[in-house]
Amino acid sequence: MRKAICMRSPGFPIIALWLALSLAFPLWSQPSTNVYAIKNAKIFTLAGPPIEKGSVVIRDGKITAVGANVAIPEDAQVIDAAGLEVYPGMFDPVTQIGLNEVGAVGATLDTSELGDFNPELVVATAVNPASVHIPVTRANGITEVIAAPGIGGFDSQSSGIIAGQASAFNLAGWTMEEMQISRSVAMVLNWPSIQTSSFDFSTFSIKEKPYADAKKEYDKSVNQLSDWFTRARHYAQAKEKGSPGLFVRDLKLESLVPVVQGRLPLLVVADDARDIRNAVDFCTKQNLKMILASGAESWKVKDLLKEKKIAVILGPTERLPEQEDTPYDKPMTQPAELNAAGIPFAFSSFGTSFSRRLPQYAGTAVGYGLSHDEALKAVMLNAAQIFGLADQIGTIEQGKLANLIVTTGDPLEIQTEVRYLFIKGRLTSKDNKHKELYEQFRKRPAPAR
Amino acid sequence: MRLRVLTAVALLATVTPVCVRAQVSSARTDNAILIEDATLLTVTHGNIEHGSILIRDGKIAAVGADLKAPEGATVIDAKGQYVMPGIIDCHSHIAVDGSVNEGSVSVSSMANIADVLNPDDMSIYDDLAGGVTTANILHGSANAIGGQTVVIKLRWGKQASDLPFQGALPGIKFALGENPKRSNFTPPPGVAPRYPATRLGVEETIREAFIQAREYKKQWADYNEKKGTGEQNLLPPRRDEKLEPLVEVLDGKRYIHSHCYRADEILMLIRVANEFGFKIRTFQHVLEGYKVADEIAASGAGGSTFSDWWAYKMEAFDAIPYNAALMTERGVVVSINSDDAEEARHLNQEAAKSIKYGGLSANDALKLITLNPAIQLGIDSRVGSIDVGKDADLAIFNRDPLSVYAVVQKTLIDGQVYFDRQRDIDGRPALEKEKQDLLAKEKKASEEKKASKKTEAKPEKKPDQKKKRAPTNQDSAAGSAGVAP
Repeated sequence: MRKAICMRSPGFPIIALWLALSLAFPLWSQPSTNVYAIKNAKIFTLAGPPIEKGSVVIRDGKITAVGANVAIPEDAQVIDAAGLEVYPGMFDPVTQIGLNEVGAVGATLDTSELGDFNPELVVATAVNPASVHIPVTRANGITEVIAAPGIGGFDSQSSGIIAGQASAFNLAGWTMEEMQISRSVAMVLNWPSIQTSSFDFSTFSIKEKPYADAKKEYDKSVNQLSDWFTRARHYAQAKEKGSPGLFVRDLKLESLVPVVQGRLPLLVVADDARDIRNAVDFCTKQNLKMILASGAESWKVKDLLKEKKIAVILGPTERLPEQEDTPYDKPMTQPAELNAAGIPFAFSSFGTSFSRRLPQYAGTAVGYGLSHDEALKAVMLNAAQIFGLADQIGTIEQGKLANLIVTTGDPLEIQTEVRYLFIKGRLTSKDNKHKELYEQFRKRPAPAR
Repeated sequence: MRLRVLTAVALLATVTPVCVRAQVSSARTDNAILIEDATLLTVTHGNIEHGSILIRDGKIAAVGADLKAPEGATVIDAKGQYVMPGIIDCHSHIAVDGSVNEGSVSVSSMANIADVLNPDDMSIYDDLAGGVTTANILHGSANAIGGQTVVIKLRWGKQASDLPFQGALPGIKFALGENPKRSNFTPPPGVAPRYPATRLGVEETIREAFIQAREYKKQWADYNEKKGTGEQNLLPPRRDEKLEPLVEVLDGKRYIHSHCYRADEILMLIRVANEFGFKIRTFQHVLEGYKVADEIAASGAGGSTFSDWWAYKMEAFDAIPYNAALMTERGVVVSINSDDAEEARHLNQEAAKSIKYGGLSANDALKLITLNPAIQLGIDSRVGSIDVGKDADLAIFNRDPLSVYAVVQKTLIDGQVYFDRQRDIDGRPALEKEKQDLLAKEKKASEEKKASKKTEAKPEKKPDQKKKRAPTNQDSAAGSAGVAP
């Protein structure tokens, strides 16, 4: 602030000199708001073994030092975290945060666009930085999310086939420009499923369809998909080689170019083993980079996923098994199974109001056989790697974005509290709508009789 | 909303399940069972380390640290494990055949959930595997006054008539706010919207029904009085199945479980209850209960709420995860419920959230899913704690059930093991083989049929082999009227 005022002042050099002389000592001895040191903490860097007692130094949004013997800069605000633990912030890679405020109130939703093929839509355009979901979610240790268009979940229904581009952002900031980690992190593809029954609103009853008809509809959708990607390839060629004067810009095809060129992954939503197989087959033939989303029956196609090196963003661990004869605990044991098979995966809420349950989903999987170390990675690091963001987030290492949490203990355990929260290197408030209402009504005096 | 309709209907479409899960109810009730060397979370008298529970005839016969197994007793070695009272879910829609909503009228008190219990619903087993032993099976929330409700025990493998909790008072569902006024529901084309459409109308609907019920009660009282005096040629009043359950409410013979969200509508129902002299047994959901906790406590009603659901509709926008703790602090008997077959699988985790949000003690958190719902359902003399004389309804976890890592190992109802994790796992290869054999048989039969019909021109319709399970959606319980919980 002071610096900005000086710059605008006509007597800049003189004032600057005066300021430097008169304020130098008090200014420099006061901690800077951009520099922090967390000391005496047990640090889980996820880049190596935990540091039993160490410090993390943060400057201008980045981690500048971490270790057992790190010098604390003089200008740092120091947090003595004795007895506390430091972890990378959690990352929820499929949400509707910022797009969905009140599930049943259509005016507050920007999750579902009309039409089946909308590759040009980018979620970042409509993320509301003032959403009350953001402070509520981050208070539970989630520091960054991906919001995805058109993906169904607990709070919303799926829409479209190519639903648009997902965006990754930090859960703090005044504008999306400040919050953004990556404006376009994946293209969402709701894999068409062969559905033999659907709900008919005109008769308000369930309508059965012969398999052959459902298959025909499915084939049509897949043909359309093939067509889109073929045209996108031709478009890329035309754009590269054609005369600029004759070239007509097409937003949809233009948006698909990074996908067909393998620069942007497809986030393919599928649950049934048959759908997953079909989607993998399609992406292999089309030479597209696929990330599987939801993946309830990934356990049935482990070999295929392993062979094709396809990572999975798992839907909530706490869901019912897909089929009547699926073991009751399959959604909880599946993460351990995928891990044993060497398939990279991350946990996700697929929701808005449920995003704060992310650590619970991971913890539940630990109860059913996943190692605690792997569970931590699967809520902090893996999604960053899967979406190509691990150079910025996911571990506590020098040079990375300072998104981290200081907790009272195991961050996957329900009773654990997040004591301090750093997002983009700033000590971020844990206040939120829920805490405020609690404090407000806790003070309500007994009603007059 | 449409998704919710779809899932509820999907539920309807899968009522012919291929029940291949292991049925494990085999222990005999007459023999003694000793659960040995566990940490007992009694809920009423603290935790007992290295404690044992003796079960006789389905009841808890002894609880303590130094119990010896009587001769011939079955011993369950629970060394290092935790035993808690079976979980009681005060708001559930499992084990219902088809829709939970009779949504055509605003007073559907003539409909009774007890008439449509489905003992083959896989969710019974799923929830048992989460340690749930008793559930309050409610009608949906489409009507200001909804259908009759029933408390069941999750006796998987038994028939429908064996599910109800004997001796538990029946209930009736009321609903306030967005669902009965159909805020989030579009009637099918050609169907007129149904009265009421405002919270004002919801109150009027309830008041009107109780005016009728009071009148109906009086007609019968007059009739019986005259009959008692020996008057001849009396014509009894016409029986009214809609009003009879409401008369039972007035007589204190039927509990009201009222769905509600906003503080104002909670106070509204308390006023109407005072006007007609009936009691509200529980406010369900009651997500703004923390705003009027004193008034709820004074009315004597309990509060049965979610752990941390919020924002799925406008009236849930002020929901806070501190609700259970705040209401408890103000003297309300509070339970945490599921309203969902999946959520019921981890009510222990949901209860633990009230330690973090609002600072309940571990024991008070456990009460939210054991003793408190038992009190709310009027069955606390039978279940809800580990005490001598109570039903042997127990959940055995491998560690403290308030930890996210705890996994149910066994669930007992009336002293019988209805769920055994190890037995479930051991039984899987045989079930898988049975499935593959059946598929092979089906395939063979289909090929033979194809061969014999080769000459016919008719194309064969291939059935979709994949039978979908009951939906996973959290709101599936909201029923086919397409409303959120």
